[in-house]
Amino acid sequence: MYDVIIVGAGVIGTAVARELSKYQSKTALLEKNPEVCQGTTKANSAIVHGGYDALHGTLKGRLNRRGVELYPGLSKALNFPYQQCGSMVLAFNDEDEKKLEALMENGRKNGVEGMEILSGEDARKKEPALSKEITKALYAKNAGITCPFNMTYALLENAMENGVELFVNTEVDDIEHLTDGVRVKATKRVFEGKMLINCAGVYSDKIARMAGDEDYTITPNRGEYRILDRKVGDLVSHVIFQTPTPDGKGVLVAPTVHGNIIVGPTSESVDNPEDTRTTKEGIRKVDRSATKGVPGLPIKESIRIFSGIRASVEGSDFMIEPSKANKKIFHLVGIDSPGLASAPAIAEEVRKWVEETIPLKKKESFIEERRAIPHFEELTNKEKEEILKKNPHYKKIICRCEMITEGEIIEAIHRPGGATTLDGIKRRVRPGSGRCQGGFCGPRVLEILARELKLPMEEILKDGPHSKLLAGKLKGALQ
Amino acid sequence: MADVIVIGGGPAGLGAALEAKKTGAESVVILERDRELGGILNQCIHNGFGLHEFQEELTGPEYAQRFINQVKDEEIDVYLNTMVLDLTEDRKVTVLGDEGVQVIQGKSVVLAMGCRERTAGAIDLQGYRPAGVYNAGMAQRILNMEGYQVGREVVIYGSGDIGLIMARRMTLEGAKVKAVVEVMPHSSGLYRNIAQCLEDYDIPLLLRHQIQKVYGKDRIEGVTISQIDDQWRTVEGTEKIISCDTLLLSVGLIPENELSEKGNVPLDSGTKGAIVNSTMETGIPGIFSCGNVLHVHDIVDFVTKESRIAGRNAARFARNELPRGEEIPTRPGKGVTYTLPQKLMLEDPDGVTLFLRSDVIYKKARVKVKEGDRLVKEKRERLIVPSEMVQITLDPEELRELNGEIIVEIVGEKND
Amino acid sequence: MEKLSLRLWVRKMTRVVEKEITCIACPMGCKLEIIRDEDKYVIEGYKCKKGLEYGEQELKDPRRIITTTVTVKGGFLPLVPVKTDKPLPKGLIFDLMKVIDGMSIEAPVEMGQILLENFQETGVNIVATRDLPEKILKK
Repeated sequence: MYDVIIVGAGVIGTAVARELSKYQSKTALLEKNPEVCQGTTKANSAIVHGGYDALHGTLKGRLNRRGVELYPGLSKALNFPYQQCGSMVLAFNDEDEKKLEALMENGRKNGVEGMEILSGEDARKKEPALSKEITKALYAKNAGITCPFNMTYALLENAMENGVELFVNTEVDDIEHLTDGVRVKATKRVFEGKMLINCAGVYSDKIARMAGDEDYTITPNRGEYRILDRKVGDLVSHVIFQTPTPDGKGVLVAPTVHGNIIVGPTSESVDNPEDTRTTKEGIRKVDRSATKGVPGLPIKESIRIFSGIRASVEGSDFMIEPSKANKKIFHLVGIDSPGLASAPAIAEEVRKWVEETIPLKKKESFIEERRAIPHFEELTNKEKEEILKKNPHYKKIICRCEMITEGEIIEAIHRPGGATTLDGIKRRVRPGSGRCQGGFCGPRVLEILARELKLPMEEILKDGPHSKLLAGKLKGALQ
Repeated sequence: MADVIVIGGGPAGLGAALEAKKTGAESVVILERDRELGGILNQCIHNGFGLHEFQEELTGPEYAQRFINQVKDEEIDVYLNTMVLDLTEDRKVTVLGDEGVQVIQGKSVVLAMGCRERTAGAIDLQGYRPAGVYNAGMAQRILNMEGYQVGREVVIYGSGDIGLIMARRMTLEGAKVKAVVEVMPHSSGLYRNIAQCLEDYDIPLLLRHQIQKVYGKDRIEGVTISQIDDQWRTVEGTEKIISCDTLLLSVGLIPENELSEKGNVPLDSGTKGAIVNSTMETGIPGIFSCGNVLHVHDIVDFVTKESRIAGRNAARFARNELPRGEEIPTRPGKGVTYTLPQKLMLEDPDGVTLFLRSDVIYKKARVKVKEGDRLVKEKRERLIVPSEMVQITLDPEELRELNGEIIVEIVGEKND
Repeated sequence: MEKLSLRLWVRKMTRVVEKEITCIACPMGCKLEIIRDEDKYVIEGYKCKKGLEYGEQELKDPRRIITTTVTVKGGFLPLVPVKTDKPLPKGLIFDLMKVIDGMSIEAPVEMGQILLENFQETGVNIVATRDLPEKILKK
């Protein structure tokens, strides 16, 4: 019997798993997809919000601020990218300026430090790409950017190194209440646990219903984005928000930790939590809003458009609470923005609750640190020499756009909870995320995956469970 | 240290290296990132290459093999599986290969890295982003070199030559190609390829059509297409769904100049390649450029021709024999989208061939090279299409007589 | 005069453009018109000798060069590219593809090597279009 069963391995599920792995508890992490990091975590703005925006007095307000406090230490210990680049909210007129004042006041109440309202001129000094039309900007020093993928993999690897067991391709079908916990049926397997944590994102209402809680309804909310080529990545150095509207924080323009620019998102309710389509209208809206604040945005340098789904609920605050049907089940519902910024704090919150239910004892042997897969291009000459001596696979560049070596790809496969899909490799070490979008390296990466996993090439998936890339061997099909 | 370092072992690199050797460069090095020489020709197993160069019709691999065999006969150093990491203005080339990281100093450098395909992201393809959406060239490599079929029911977006060739190729291997969808009112591939790749196999070519949406979350299940008008607006009532498990994109090629940019080589926003003079020298002395990294070609024979100019002059530069003299600019005029080279060196002992592309189709056309109002040279062409490069040659005497900016224009009956 | 022009007019009207084909003899892609002039066929629109030859051949027995790949065992690559050394009658293309689909040869292969001789008595051979050395097994 497990102490804790976690359903869903996005950034929240893996953060909770990693937090619990500090203690002597036996934890299972269940994921319905072939890999972790495949829901909301794989498609969002990658922003660590400053914490001024989430309404004071809400869970979001409290956990966002606490999350921001935890990021520097966590990103250092787990060696994932995080940059406190600061953010600006733009005002174009008096009405907008009033909103900035209100945001700053809310931020103060939340305990956010390092905010100031800049004149349009000062804002442009800090961020020359900003429009001349801007009258004021709310600057927040502690807002930042991260890589939600690598953060999730970092949390996962460290959690697994500390004993957490991961089960992929494992979709929860049924939850039964036991006197001392829960029984979970998931894709032909049965798991029993003293506790269950529902971190199922856009499906958290569905999991709650299985547990007998009918009160939750996720309204999937789609956000569309555009990514620009690294060659224009220097254009902005802060996260730039439009003035918030009732629709949310609006379209942002931000650098990414990998040197690209991300633009988006839209906000649109959709019926189906799998509806990650992009639309002409949506992308047009992204372009229009973004160029209002940053008129010189080179949309021509776009390398990809995509969309992600927020796990939104009515009432808009996070719902982090025990099940009404079974106190040993804990639901995390409505974790939309600032979910990424709050993730480390949410994990703490969950651990506190677990502690109240089952005794948790610190693990003496807890390994606190995890090292990222070394990226050859970023190593010093001396480090390069050393790694080449140790591992000849680093001599071979597979992805020419992002300069990724075979060594990096092989390591991404063999890490705990390692990559088994083409996009899993892309999210971990980036081949295919450059300007050629895998046109050259795709076949090479497939070959490496097949070889390292000892699978036929035609079995390798792109991403989802039915996303086979090849239709079979070429020859022999005409017989 | 090498006299001439050639970056890229495709047709451009092979041609440049051989010519450099022939011109007297003592040490010539080819740096190739792939496991063998030949570049993209290795996967272009169809015929149609070499009519200008060899006066016979060869397949891509045959065309490459002829050059590879010559390279083997010469004393040219070939480094395979070798990626160039960095290039400096003073021609230091940093590579990563079997020997680890090395820095090679070149007396001159020839850039011959080729081009890459435009992607779904770059054309804002809407809908889902499932498996089964391939760039045509990537699919070509998987089929022809790795031995896997990418799908069974295919739609091809864009009528570039690679897309047309792949329509036939996949049909021969048992797939059903349902349509080639092209946004322009004319194909962007060669007429002969429409005939022998589409018409021969009854594959419909849908001109002035656009893919509106991609369906299928995990693997592609279909596309919505519709007709578009002259203003690129969807024509109401023409939307229809084509089911498919594969979508190939053949929507253009882009010279791959990220390395050139590291060496501060100035680029032309029209060609997306380096700005060169008639010796194929870029704005950085001693760095030359040729082939698809300079501008996208439609016929490999012309790549070879251009690469010889680059290779010859790279060797001359290495031997301090490159003629220097006054340069005058060239500019695309009416009906021309770009001209190359962008500068003419008046003292060029070889004369110069100007390459240009038209904006639309012209019938009964005349290509005019003008200096102010003076007509320097004129050439008649029965038909000029944007997908086929036009050439016009100025001999050394004609070159020497020039002294101002040169404008190249096309006049003729516009035809769409 | 009247009579003559009428006759010419009638003659012109009886000339029917039976088919328009694109010449594939070179990348020029000339449009050839196959015209039925009373009882015989005439080809127009060609710009060179090759074009006329192609049109005539297309009229009586259309043929194509076919390029594809053949499975190779123990080679540096799993396939070797091949072509028909002469144009093959169009009707036999898929028969050839089926035969080639089942073929397998041993490395090494040399460019020009005949891999299948005289396919269905057509005189058409299948030849390799590149060298394909054996796979070097790494330690």
